[in-house]
Amino acid sequence: MARQHKAVALVSGGLDSMLAAKLMLEQGIHVEGINFYTGFCVEGHTHAIRNKDRNRPKRNNALWVAEQLGIRLHIVDVIEEYKDIVINPRHGYGANLNPCLDCKGFMVRKAREWMEQKGFDFIVTGEVIGQRPMSQRRDTMPVVARESGALDRLLRPLCAKLLPPTLPEREGWVDRERLCDFSGRNRKPQMQLAARFGIEDYAQPAGGCCFLTDANYSQRLGDLWRSRGQRRYELDDIMLLKVGRHLRPRPHFKLIIGRDEGENNFLQGYARRFTHLHATDITGPLVLCDGVLNEEDLDLAARITARFGKGRDRERVTVAVNEVSGRRRELAVRPLAADDIPGEWYL
Amino acid sequence: MKHRLDVRYLLCPMPVIRTQDAVSKLAAGERLEVVCTDPGALNDVPAWCRINGHTVLESREQGGEIIILIEVGHGDA
Repeated sequence: MARQHKAVALVSGGLDSMLAAKLMLEQGIHVEGINFYTGFCVEGHTHAIRNKDRNRPKRNNALWVAEQLGIRLHIVDVIEEYKDIVINPRHGYGANLNPCLDCKGFMVRKAREWMEQKGFDFIVTGEVIGQRPMSQRRDTMPVVARESGALDRLLRPLCAKLLPPTLPEREGWVDRERLCDFSGRNRKPQMQLAARFGIEDYAQPAGGCCFLTDANYSQRLGDLWRSRGQRRYELDDIMLLKVGRHLRPRPHFKLIIGRDEGENNFLQGYARRFTHLHATDITGPLVLCDGVLNEEDLDLAARITARFGKGRDRERVTVAVNEVSGRRRELAVRPLAADDIPGEWYL
Repeated sequence: MKHRLDVRYLLCPMPVIRTQDAVSKLAAGERLEVVCTDPGALNDVPAWCRINGHTVLESREQGGEIIILIEVGHGDA
């Protein structure tokens, strides 16, 4: 009896990778999913921090996809290794700080290492020629295969017919004729294939799965690097960039201001590591101070804290200043007027 | 034997990843109590368990924390 071949499928949680894995299952391949967590992934939960987003489904799409397909999913923490991809991308950035080509090569390389370690035969991705300006072009797809070391063990079932046959096709592990020839940004072929498989519920088409493709987020990350004088980050840094208003009133400090109860609760988890402020007598934001603030800076931070609370129209608001040392004091301040907050303070 | 994993203040999928790592070191039948704060874990940790052959014995919210008790199955996740 012929051996059942094994494929590891990169599962992002989107439709394309779901379909690619499904095409393999349809051909009797044993498929297990792999999903890489870089720290920049856009999760429904990140949005769910905010009150207004509480009604969104709180699910991890990659896990959900794996469950729908009936396959196992391995979520791999690549936060540390991924830093080099973000900080020193060989192939440069896209429109923002998104190193898409390096990222794809990195993930396929990690999948290749996993494949070799686990004794699997090939790698499957949901890539489609021409769907992405950087990483999914006819001329960059071979770059991913080569630089990842996956070579012809990398199969892209959604556009395989437009590419040279890979090892699984040549060896007859999979039937090339039953693969697809999708190209471009048109989503209709994927939607038709999803309908054929009876897949009705899926995450919105790809494109928004990484914060690094977001202009505002990239601006905040660039500001973080400039303020530190070096391009480095820790996980907490990049998590905090996702949450709250970020204002930099002075070059040496930044304020992270919760926009609602959900964000305040999230920021509370970080409060003991930062000098933090909140109004004592009215409802308002929790504000984290990133940097070293002198008395004048703290007074300004307190006035900004008051500005974004319910007491913005009051003559005075009492703001508690909690230092990392545990020292706590109160400042009675006049809330800053909206006109006193220059647009360039906002990150 | 019951083990405890504190993943409070971590956002998903980190609670799932830490759970996955912790479970990989346990034997079938052992129990792991996961303590977290991200409400997403209420869906994701059980989903991960279902996919990988582990059983959620109990999940509850208590004082702003979410506690999920897992019994390790025979999978090799």
